[in-house]
Amino acid sequence: MLDLYFPGTSFLHRMSPGPKMLTLMVAATLLFINESLVLTVGALVIVLALYPVAGLTMQQAWKQIRPLLWIFGLFFALQWWFSGLTLAAYVVLRLAALILLASLVTLTTRSSDMIETMTRALGFLRPLGVNPAKVGLAISLALRFIPVLAQITQEVREAQKARGLERSVIAVAMPVAIRTLKMADDISDAIESRGYRS
Amino acid sequence: MDTKSIVYIALFAALTAALGLMPPISFAGLGLPPITAQSLGVMLAGAVAGPRRGGLAMLLFIVLVAAGLPLLAGGRGGIGVFLGASGGFLLAWPLCAALIGVLVQARPDASFVTLALAIGLGGLVLMYACGIPWMAFVGKLGLSKSLAIMVAYVPGDLVKVVLATLIVRGLRRAYPTL
Repeated sequence: MLDLYFPGTSFLHRMSPGPKMLTLMVAATLLFINESLVLTVGALVIVLALYPVAGLTMQQAWKQIRPLLWIFGLFFALQWWFSGLTLAAYVVLRLAALILLASLVTLTTRSSDMIETMTRALGFLRPLGVNPAKVGLAISLALRFIPVLAQITQEVREAQKARGLERSVIAVAMPVAIRTLKMADDISDAIESRGYRS
Repeated sequence: MDTKSIVYIALFAALTAALGLMPPISFAGLGLPPITAQSLGVMLAGAVAGPRRGGLAMLLFIVLVAAGLPLLAGGRGGIGVFLGASGGFLLAWPLCAALIGVLVQARPDASFVTLALAIGLGGLVLMYACGIPWMAFVGKLGLSKSLAIMVAYVPGDLVKVVLATLIVRGLRRAYPTL
């Protein structure tokens, strides 16, 4: 399964997902409340220092930030223009620290562990009619559907190419939509005919 | 909840993820982020699966992204994306799909324009209404400046609204038991 997880044995890897998420939420809230540039820089340095502690490289930290560079640049430019350099640096560095911190949790936690923790946490919602087992079924179905959808799209695209229609969005989207809905109906019939209690 | 609902919820969560695999339309010269097809998934989930199933499908998608699966366009995922500038848009998806579902169900015999309006109201207006304040908060930008940034995305999102409307109308004809 594709996953952003990076294997390791550090204390961050060994920490269980629940407390890790809670720590992240508290830290993120504190970062949002703080108004000082010095504290923000301090937080950023601490977060960056945690990367080697968790057995991650600086390249990995950079990879978390790189897709967001455009928005950092835009925010920085706007803030600098309207409110001065200090606020510009504060906003961008706070955003970088937040994202690096959250990525640290993601990189050191398996998706499967995270999903398990979340579904277990849903047990509290049982009185409201939430059934964790059904949530689990929906999760595994969704993960299985992604490659299936990609394959159906590929097949339809090839079929429409033979008709010279591969450039028409609707000529590809419609058969894909109809085939996937048909598939969903067949699958739910198959699940029920195997005695799944709903 | 019946089995069919569970399967539909999974299907539309997966559809949104699969739309992230499509090559994004980038207008590189402007230095803006690419327009992705993923919000088309939000519109279709609401309009085709209905408010409850569509909303829950988007909730499931968000949970999977938060769990660390790289399901967003460009292979992004994890909790970080929710704390970033576009986090508000993402968190609004379940609400947007639910609103579209409610509006579409209220008028089953809607004309093209009415249907497009319903989809646009949920998939564009509500999404921006949730996303822009979050962007303003994270970037300490103020609403007007955040609004100005998002203007660049309106044409792309309008194309998606039209596309979603065409698909929904086609589906109703091809699949009347929907």
